[in-house]
Amino acid sequence: MENQTKRYWKGLEELRNDETFVKNASSEFGNLEKPESTPNNSIVDGLGDLGDRRDFLKVLGFGMAAVSLAACDAPVKNSLPYVNKPTDTFPTIADWYASTYSEGGDYASIMVKTREGRPIKIEGNNQSSINKGGTSARAQASLLGLYDVEKLKGPKKGEADADWDAVDKEIVAQLAAVAARGGAISIVSSTIISPSTKAVIADFTAKYPTTKHITYDANSVWGLIKANADSFGKAVVPSYDFSKAEVIVGLSCDFLATWVSSAESVRQYAQTRKLSSAKGGKRTMSRHYQFETVMSMTGSNADYRVAVKPSQEGAVAVALYNKLTGGRAASLGEQADKMLTKAAADLKAANGASLVVSGSNDPNVQTIVNAINATLGAYGKTINLNAPVYYRQGNDMAMNAFIDEAKAGKVGAVLFYEANPVYDHPRGAELKEALTKTALSISFADRADETASLCKYITPAPHFLECWGDAEPKAGHYSLIQPTISPIYKTRQAQSSLLKWAGASSDYYAYVRNFWKSNMGTGNFEQFWVKCLHDGVYEPAAGISESGASYLGNTAGAISAIGAAKSSALEVVLYEKVGMGTGAMANNPWLQEFPEPITKACWDNYASMSQKTAKDNDLSQGDVIKVEVGGKSVEVPVLIQPGQANETIALAIGYGREKAGKSGNGVGVNVYPMASLKSGYLSFNAGTGTMAKTGEKRDIAQTQTHETVMGRKAVVQEGRLANYKKNTMEGRFLPKIHTSEGLKSPGDITLWNGYQKPNHSWGMVIDLNSCNGCGACVVSCQAENNVQVVGRQEVVNRREMHWIRIDRYYSTDVDDKVEEMGLIDGPRALEIASENPDVVFQPLMCQHCTNAPCETVCPVLATTHSSEGLNQMAYNRCIGTRYCANNCPFKVRRFNWFKYFDNDNFDYHFNNDLGKMVINPDVTVRSRGVIEKCSMCVQRIQEGKLTAKKDRRRPVDGEIITACAQSCPTEAIAFGDMNDPESRISQLLAEEKEGRAFTMLEEINVKPVVSYLVKIRNKDVEKKATEAHAAEAHGGH
Amino acid sequence: MHITSPVRTPLVTGGKTYADVTEDICRHVEGKPTKEWKVAFTISLLVLLYGAACVAWTWWEGLGVWGLNKTVGWAWDITNFVWWVGIGHAGTLISAVLLLFRQKWRTSINRAAEAMTIFAVLCAASFIVMHMGRPWLAYWALPLPNTFGSLWVNFNSPLVWDVFAISTYFSVSCLFWFVGLVPDLATIRDRAKNKVSKYIYGALSLGWNGSAKAWARYEYISLILAGLSTPLVLSVHTIVSMDFATSVIPGWHTTIFPPYFVAGAIFSGFAMVQTLMLVTRVVYKLEDYITLEHIESMNKIITLTGSIVGVAYLTEFFIAWYSGVEYETYAFVNRATGPYWWAYWAMMTCNVISPQLFWSRSIRRSVKWTFFISIIVNIGMWFERFVIIVTSLHRDYIPSSWAMFSPTMFDIGDYIFSFGFFFTCFFLFSKYLPVINMAEVKAIVKSSSEKLPKKVSGVAKGERVSAPTFNKDAQ
Repeated sequence: MENQTKRYWKGLEELRNDETFVKNASSEFGNLEKPESTPNNSIVDGLGDLGDRRDFLKVLGFGMAAVSLAACDAPVKNSLPYVNKPTDTFPTIADWYASTYSEGGDYASIMVKTREGRPIKIEGNNQSSINKGGTSARAQASLLGLYDVEKLKGPKKGEADADWDAVDKEIVAQLAAVAARGGAISIVSSTIISPSTKAVIADFTAKYPTTKHITYDANSVWGLIKANADSFGKAVVPSYDFSKAEVIVGLSCDFLATWVSSAESVRQYAQTRKLSSAKGGKRTMSRHYQFETVMSMTGSNADYRVAVKPSQEGAVAVALYNKLTGGRAASLGEQADKMLTKAAADLKAANGASLVVSGSNDPNVQTIVNAINATLGAYGKTINLNAPVYYRQGNDMAMNAFIDEAKAGKVGAVLFYEANPVYDHPRGAELKEALTKTALSISFADRADETASLCKYITPAPHFLECWGDAEPKAGHYSLIQPTISPIYKTRQAQSSLLKWAGASSDYYAYVRNFWKSNMGTGNFEQFWVKCLHDGVYEPAAGISESGASYLGNTAGAISAIGAAKSSALEVVLYEKVGMGTGAMANNPWLQEFPEPITKACWDNYASMSQKTAKDNDLSQGDVIKVEVGGKSVEVPVLIQPGQANETIALAIGYGREKAGKSGNGVGVNVYPMASLKSGYLSFNAGTGTMAKTGEKRDIAQTQTHETVMGRKAVVQEGRLANYKKNTMEGRFLPKIHTSEGLKSPGDITLWNGYQKPNHSWGMVIDLNSCNGCGACVVSCQAENNVQVVGRQEVVNRREMHWIRIDRYYSTDVDDKVEEMGLIDGPRALEIASENPDVVFQPLMCQHCTNAPCETVCPVLATTHSSEGLNQMAYNRCIGTRYCANNCPFKVRRFNWFKYFDNDNFDYHFNNDLGKMVINPDVTVRSRGVIEKCSMCVQRIQEGKLTAKKDRRRPVDGEIITACAQSCPTEAIAFGDMNDPESRISQLLAEEKEGRAFTMLEEINVKPVVSYLVKIRNKDVEKKATEAHAAEAHGGH
Repeated sequence: MHITSPVRTPLVTGGKTYADVTEDICRHVEGKPTKEWKVAFTISLLVLLYGAACVAWTWWEGLGVWGLNKTVGWAWDITNFVWWVGIGHAGTLISAVLLLFRQKWRTSINRAAEAMTIFAVLCAASFIVMHMGRPWLAYWALPLPNTFGSLWVNFNSPLVWDVFAISTYFSVSCLFWFVGLVPDLATIRDRAKNKVSKYIYGALSLGWNGSAKAWARYEYISLILAGLSTPLVLSVHTIVSMDFATSVIPGWHTTIFPPYFVAGAIFSGFAMVQTLMLVTRVVYKLEDYITLEHIESMNKIITLTGSIVGVAYLTEFFIAWYSGVEYETYAFVNRATGPYWWAYWAMMTCNVISPQLFWSRSIRRSVKWTFFISIIVNIGMWFERFVIIVTSLHRDYIPSSWAMFSPTMFDIGDYIFSFGFFFTCFFLFSKYLPVINMAEVKAIVKSSSEKLPKKVSGVAKGERVSAPTFNKDAQ
């Protein structure tokens, strides 16, 4: 890499101040934001800088702490200027690097924003055809893991600190000894989607031939892989294309959040839900049926949702199959039967443009699902076996066998890579026992977690933002991981360690590069490599052809294996939460405080159950119960979850960590041991259980406690597709006010003079149809705007600080008939959610009201209106009367009740120097006693305007984008300048003006600049609903 | 001097002479503190210390020690503020409005009532400062010339109006109170036996010499200040009510608030005066100066204002229904039947039902009943503010944000602080300053206390006389 000659010449040119030199000096990554304008030759020229940049990272390794930390502290103690400023870096100007986030089946090609050498924000990479610029909440939050002060600072031998050379020597000696006596060496990992890492493992295996690589997943889909092997002879997870599906049936499958390829599915699904009120606009949307036990995020988006017990999971698939093929279907209850018949009819009508997916890990159920999809002709249309996805490759059987071997003392050495089976495998306790019998155990974990702490050696791997690497999430779709900061601690990538122990060069960067050179390189490799690094992705197979597949599965065998649904009294089911996932990132306070999309609970897991089950057992929210299943028991508080199947208890995995760190330890309980292994397949259907009241109470930290919208149409408006096709104003609520001159719109009567917005007029449009509630925006906003984490008790106290929240409302049984129920009984009935409610999500941030009630009441003018339509907050001026927060009709203002940074009562990374490196230097960290709220990322607006001004042009639409809009995987949030008629937001508003666009609380005439698009459900229109709608259209007040 | 009909019940009983008045009042100032006083003062001082510790912790740690949350941004703080401001209304009303209306019975209670006003306003002001997130910057709420650039206060904000209203009210009340004290301070100065007292009271009495000129000026200034204060009685609580009325929150956004708040303030102020005077009267043996007539008159005002408040409560409900505004209707249904129903019904019972008992003459003239109801009324008025503030905020427009408020020990402790402060001040006042305006009482001794003709003596004793014979040769 070191190209001394080139550097020498560079010096000469520099001396001459050559024009081309000056031009190219900063061109390698400085132009990442607009790659299309990158001329090809500059890539070659940029090559010389690559070495410099690596040097720069090294330099930063020394200077970083002093420089960056001093920048966070006031007063500044040690501010060290660059002696020689790196060519590519300018203080206050962000550098962007393409990289890849991949954890627990969650994948995103990302762009990392660094400031003064610190990564401070993750955004989706628009170049990736998989996530297309979107990110998940977890991908956003993964950034904070880099600055986790509780990570290991160097290798460990047992409890003691060690140094790398000694550790390497000992390990190599012991590995050689194990290999020499023919002892088994096992590498246990979670799914590895990196092809070069697999090559490293192969090299390691070549050196130590007794090595076996065991892959397992905490939330496994091995049953699906197995079923595909049986049905099609391909042991893969196919790629699904939800965007082509007109009818989608989900069987206990959370495909929008926690299933195999949610990063891709979420966007495809949203495409089928988008509508346009423009002339000739799209008026069709997919219809989604969901049969599931727990109210999942996916189920909450379904048009029709039926609650079924976990034991019925297979029977539902069989019944659907029978209904499609004309067989006799066993009854599963009136509601389920009705919906299955309806779903079957719709599936048939869709003529192959359909998709049936199941989240089950039972190969028999998956075989039936394959049979259904094959019957419907979905293969080749919505399912592509030729382009498998690799997010989850875990082999439950192999893992089981490994544990058996370890127990028998047959494992000579074990290496844990991105795996923590003692915690997240049902047989973790057995493994814990067995590890003592293993001569050599090594973990690459970044901390002494449940597994690593039992190992003889911990050779910590750095955070992925400090790493080189690659990934292949889907056949023919590659992406690169490049470091954005040099290693903070004395850590070494697992790949380097493996290479070193295998006696090869430990330079993994060179390894990846060579791997790409020999496997993917085309033409001029240097050019190719730099382009891939720049783009982050390389997708030679983006347009891989789809073809049908002939189904060879044993359907009858699967049906008989599933048998009749054996429903038992009380069934316990485990599930994965959208934010916490499998618990690997449990020490991430952003994720811990992330409100689960459905329950809006954070900092805990709990026993969720339906209203009826709670009532039958005389339980109310917060009662601590003891749940016992298969001899294992946990004590958890009750959370009442409308829409859950009766007589079931659902418990979330990913909690109850013991050695994750301060934020994760002791949060909730670990329910992995309750998972069962049914004929070798990991099953989250834990089986029949019992529960008993303990008499204790525990508050669940929820950011929203009121479940329904109380029939308030000015808050959320929704309609039905059939009506919308006839009338684009479907579901709109148009309040009128009686005046002496007749009925008037609230906006026509005003005391306000209005504001001139001569330059820009920023605004947002949020499509309630696209928003699925995933909450990526919440964490994105948190990272962008230095939003504080306040901890469990403070969330219980209803003081979370999130600037954007996603309100979730359940429908009630009385939504249509509340008028007749009277003033007292009506509202009471409206407070109670239906047994199986429709759900609506509404992202809510500061609405930047044009007639802002907060602005008039502030005694000191700390909150004022900008000439660009923003409601802005001057923290320094705020004296904290909270009058604005009280007078905010949307309740989006947040008060700093305590000093949240540098305060050990709030030990969430903002109280130590490393943790504070995540702070976005463009955004003030708010002091105690001031109000804060969404600023519409004013720092980004300013930056975009300045960039445009430097170029002597107007900002281009899309150039300035808020964090929430940027991270939204479904493009539900459109941000832009409403003064620019060409902008997406202006066009959307123009299209939807006589359509779905509404602003909240129109009656009070605060004129928000945030508009919402009516939520349309693809449900049949019952006659009654039509009449009610007609009556409403004439009424109003 | 106005002519007072001899059939009027006497305002000072016991045939007090000028000398008696001086002696009765000055005795307490000049004597050693009594044991009861010491005990009471120690208790209030301890309460103040405990409260001050709570306040100090609140300041040190931040407002998070209170039970407030993202939805309910004000609760006990502003409830206490409005409650104390309300209590502070009686003093000025008694001194100014009753002076202008020539209600002579005010003379024996105005001094203590004004003192109470001042201390109550101070308590209220303490909550203004305390409720701020950054109280050390409280002065930013004042329109001071500054070096921050062109920063100015927001004259649209009712909180700024509050700052003006409360500070004006406080300064005028202080001035009024002090001017009224001057002749009495001079009396004490003249009677003082030790040098320290002589010096202090001498300095405070501003060289009062009792000349006709001094008296004339005293009366002018009293009248001018009364004229100035009268609008303040109405304006202060009107403006406080605008903190709520100008907002958009259902349950706050109500045009009826100004008169309703003023009535409520007088209601609670008089109740507090009753509570304090009934105690002072017994402890200082001032039954001849604060007679049942005074108590009855004040009870009548309490019943009147209580009824106004009751009508206001009902009007709010009617308008909530009549307006057809979904949110307003719900806000009031929620008040009466929601999770805070108990606060609402406590308020209704204490404020609307209890003062109606005063329609009975025997209850109205019963010291015990009066004392009991005066406390009930003040509890009720506290709940009124709590109901308005908390039950409106906790469920406003967006149901996702609905939340409950529950107080912490610091909400309670900071409220206790204000009691400690108030009573400590009041006990100091009652010991070191004349609790009754001697000069003004002396002015009415002649007209309202002279021995009355036998034929109407029943009236004088406050008993009913079926057919009084009017005295034709009185005096």
